[in-house]
Amino acid sequence: MSEQLQPVETGSAKPSIYVEGLTIDFALDSAIFNRQHMRAVNDVSFILKAGQALAIVGESGSGKSTCARALCRLFEPSAGKIWLQDVDINEKKNQMKQLDFAKEVQMIFQDPFGSLNPVHTIRHHLARPIKLHHPHVSGDELEQRVIEIIERVGLSPARQTADKYPHELSGGQRQRVAIARALAVGAKFILADEPISMLDVSIRLGILNLMEDMKKDGIGFMYITHDIATARYFAERTAVMYVGHMVEWGNSDSVTQNPQHPYTQLLISAVPEAGIRRSKEKMAKKADIPVWKPDSQGCPFASRCLKATDQCREAMPPVTQLAEDHFVRCYLYES
Amino acid sequence: MLKPLKKLKHALGRYFKGNPAAIIGTTIVTTIIVACLAAPLLTDVDPNRRVARGHQPPSADLIFGSTRAGKDIFSQVLYGGRVSLMVAFTAAIMTTVIALAVGVTSGYVGGKTDETLMAFTNILLVFPQLPLLIILAAFLGQVGPFIIAMILGFTSWPWGARVMRSQTLALRNKEFIVAAETMGESKWRIILIEIIPNLISLVAGMFVGTCLYAIGAQAGMEFLGLGDPTVVSWGTMLYWAQSSAAFIVGAWWDFVVPGTFIALMGGGLALLNISIDQISNPKLKTGAYIKIWRRMKAEVEARRKGAAS
Repeated sequence: MSEQLQPVETGSAKPSIYVEGLTIDFALDSAIFNRQHMRAVNDVSFILKAGQALAIVGESGSGKSTCARALCRLFEPSAGKIWLQDVDINEKKNQMKQLDFAKEVQMIFQDPFGSLNPVHTIRHHLARPIKLHHPHVSGDELEQRVIEIIERVGLSPARQTADKYPHELSGGQRQRVAIARALAVGAKFILADEPISMLDVSIRLGILNLMEDMKKDGIGFMYITHDIATARYFAERTAVMYVGHMVEWGNSDSVTQNPQHPYTQLLISAVPEAGIRRSKEKMAKKADIPVWKPDSQGCPFASRCLKATDQCREAMPPVTQLAEDHFVRCYLYES
Repeated sequence: MLKPLKKLKHALGRYFKGNPAAIIGTTIVTTIIVACLAAPLLTDVDPNRRVARGHQPPSADLIFGSTRAGKDIFSQVLYGGRVSLMVAFTAAIMTTVIALAVGVTSGYVGGKTDETLMAFTNILLVFPQLPLLIILAAFLGQVGPFIIAMILGFTSWPWGARVMRSQTLALRNKEFIVAAETMGESKWRIILIEIIPNLISLVAGMFVGTCLYAIGAQAGMEFLGLGDPTVVSWGTMLYWAQSSAAFIVGAWWDFVVPGTFIALMGGGLALLNISIDQISNPKLKTGAYIKIWRRMKAEVEARRKGAAS
């Protein structure tokens, strides 16, 4: 399915992360023989490009965060490859040092209260990545850079903020510090794992706009969310995940305005809108969300889908191209 | 230079404010430590010299009386305190360092390292402490204070190591640790700079708790005659008081004085420990709230009475 995500600009100057057939299994027990596994991510492929954002949308447990963690090497893929430019990041032979890798890919976490060390000042959080990645910077120059980065993420007064401890900042300010840390490393790609879901609604836009600015400066984002509206606002492309599978993807406008996969339609119908009562029309069956095993078969949504046929339960549907940049994996659209 | 001092003052102020346990504990412990350190200034009597007749009761000359051998108890308790406290601190430092190293390594590294270290820890943990100490001391012969400190230090860390491990396990999945890892920090830096500063209050509590235990254990071993009786310490003072039948002849000061010092030091350290616990876990802080609760209750009752009449 990787061809559909192309075109890869081979030889282009712009860096990209290229994920092909990413599959991640987790052991469910610690038996020596016959160990049970669950498949958290199954055959996922996408491209992250510099200066662009890819939103990954899906419910809890759909493998969004697992994907992101595999991308920054916290998990090793069970199958599939992740390429950073033209380097396989999990290749043992020419494995990049964590330090070099960190320069390329950084992560922003969901919980702004857990992502900063409570015993260190903001200065420590920002000076440390600079020292680590630019060892020649020190003294006044280091201080200057820290202040610059704090100002860059819109915290002022910068000098006072640098002296503060995380508990003296609000959630939104902390999230700005977390973003500043990724900037301090100088990462070209940022994996943002639900960066605004734990913030007050009133300050979400500020953080999104900050990331938008960073995007304009050439940083590529993977934006994980379950808020479809912000996905459309922030990301050029959107991929919808369900139980570890990418079920629909394409440019954000097509996916969110013209959803085709029954799961995407269900997801969008769940967004509350002011003044409109939720339609009584049934969108899906009530059924357990399956635990995907390596030997599970069919479409993961089949158990809940109203339009499911026997075919759906037997094999995962192939990729169908609906428009120039809009793809779906569903038998309904198979030509 | 001034700023950190101010910060320290501020932190100390916050620590002591509304915390009687901290105030009393610190006062007792510092008084005893300072008195022991300043022993040459407080008395010019050699604790090992015979200065009076045996078993003289406390008087103006001999503030705490004399032992059966005619030695000045005041001088002995101060100089002996130096030995006892030194043993306690040495044992506590050793225990804390070993517990921290084993616990944090085990919790952060995980896997086989964790299993091996914890198996070893658990084996040591199930040994009953006092019999182990007695066997070790008996095996080594009558042991000096330094050896006692070593024995205590090497045998009392497993409990602390387990506490440190569980705290580290809780911390290691925090996102700031994951962030440091993805940033490319080395394992050592993560342990030393990111994890251990978060354990400071636990470390302090463990240090104080081990001091308390070591003072008791040392006194116990020496009282049983396992220590070197020629060294003056609170434990050997009790040993000599016992062997000279001070209790039977009515020379109460001979054992009451070292006993009181041990009890005071133990009480002071226990209070300190409690107050440190209250900082690391504010839910334990009760005193003031109970006062407020009582006052509110009294007010409500007064109002009820007013309404009834």
